[in-house]
Amino acid sequence: MDSTLRLIATNPLDQLARTIEALLIVASAPLSVAELAEAAEDDPERVETALGLLRERFGERRSGIVLEQVAGGYAFRASREASGACARLFERPIERGLSHAALETLAVVAYLGPCSRPEVARIRGVAADSAVASLVERGLISEAGRESGPGGAVRYRTTPLFERVFGLESLAALPRLDDLGADGEQIRERLLEVASARAS
Amino acid sequence: MRELDLDLDAFEGPFDLLLTLLLREELEPIEIDIAAIVLAFVERLAEREEIDLEACGEFLVLVSALLELKARLLFPDEAAELDALEPEEAAEELARRLGEYRRMKEAAVWLAERLAGERDRWFRLGPAPLAPQPERRLAPQDSNALAVALRALAVPPPAVSLSHMALRFPPVSQFLDRFRTLLSRRRRFDFESEVIGLYRVEQAVAFLALLELRKSGEIALSQAAPFAPIRIARVDDERITTWTARSA
Repeated sequence: MDSTLRLIATNPLDQLARTIEALLIVASAPLSVAELAEAAEDDPERVETALGLLRERFGERRSGIVLEQVAGGYAFRASREASGACARLFERPIERGLSHAALETLAVVAYLGPCSRPEVARIRGVAADSAVASLVERGLISEAGRESGPGGAVRYRTTPLFERVFGLESLAALPRLDDLGADGEQIRERLLEVASARAS
Repeated sequence: MRELDLDLDAFEGPFDLLLTLLLREELEPIEIDIAAIVLAFVERLAEREEIDLEACGEFLVLVSALLELKARLLFPDEAAELDALEPEEAAEELARRLGEYRRMKEAAVWLAERLAGERDRWFRLGPAPLAPQPERRLAPQDSNALAVALRALAVPPPAVSLSHMALRFPPVSQFLDRFRTLLSRRRRFDFESEVIGLYRVEQAVAFLALLELRKSGEIALSQAAPFAPIRIARVDDERITTWTARSA
């Protein structure tokens, strides 16, 4: 037993893993491999190997802390089996009371962002001012410049917090738009029927 | 649905006839209260026990097309785009927009399901840790240069002249009398030659006096070109009479 402990302690990769573990504990947002490598003053490839080691160590049902790849980086979270205890201790203000309108607005910004409030309103058919304000307040979207031209509208995009809250590695993890709204062709045909009736 | 009876300010009759009149451009969509049409339709739906989905769908398409038509007429910059659209093209455009919205709606459903699935994921939220700030170093400074800069700032500013506040405006009547006297001796004169040497304020009052005389028809003003000398001439009795009669 003593010899095993000595072996782990002297393994340089394990030392790097412990450093990364410490960095992830002090960080409040996911850290990318590049950020970890820079802070640990080590090679990115070795950092990835060390992360693999940590992933084994901090997995579901192995530890109360779980290492996850989320929002373009790595972060610790509580294990799912401890979620009940966490819920008794904390609230979830970001997701609480997220309306259907806010979710639709979030979807538009996530897929088409950066985009402005008028663009969101054009797609949804109703003003998006309050939904956008609510999402900004929750930190799920943030300003991302303005549309070109004088007086251009403010554009918005999703934040890393959005990816973290929804458990996405990145925006690429969202389902493809082409796979959604499969009955669009049916609507189109019905509209064309009505149009023909109007034209005749 | 097409036989829906309407009683609007601009139209009274069946919905079908309203559509025909609009399509024939015999009725302006701007004059039609679309909200009243929707209300009439909803009231009629409420009267019935069953909802005819087919009729509702058709009504939605027609009323939204009507709404778009009205909106575009209210914002004429986009009217050309609409005029070019045939019913089939409009339907295509509507289908495209509906499809776009439907995809976003399904994406929102996916997000809601995802959020529900991730409800047992807890992580730490907090402000981003402060990155170490690089130490700012100032270039070596000469204390004498600082003293010189401060001394320059300590010099009292020059006194502001208030002389313009003491300007007195001569009465317009003074110049009226002066110009009338002048015109009794001469038939015409140059404005500039009479006001040369006066203060700007006096020149301005003299000009006001000129305008007064012109207004009362006592003088005729002429200027060959902008900034050319202003010539003042006496208006003879006959012309005064003509002018007075015409203005009366």
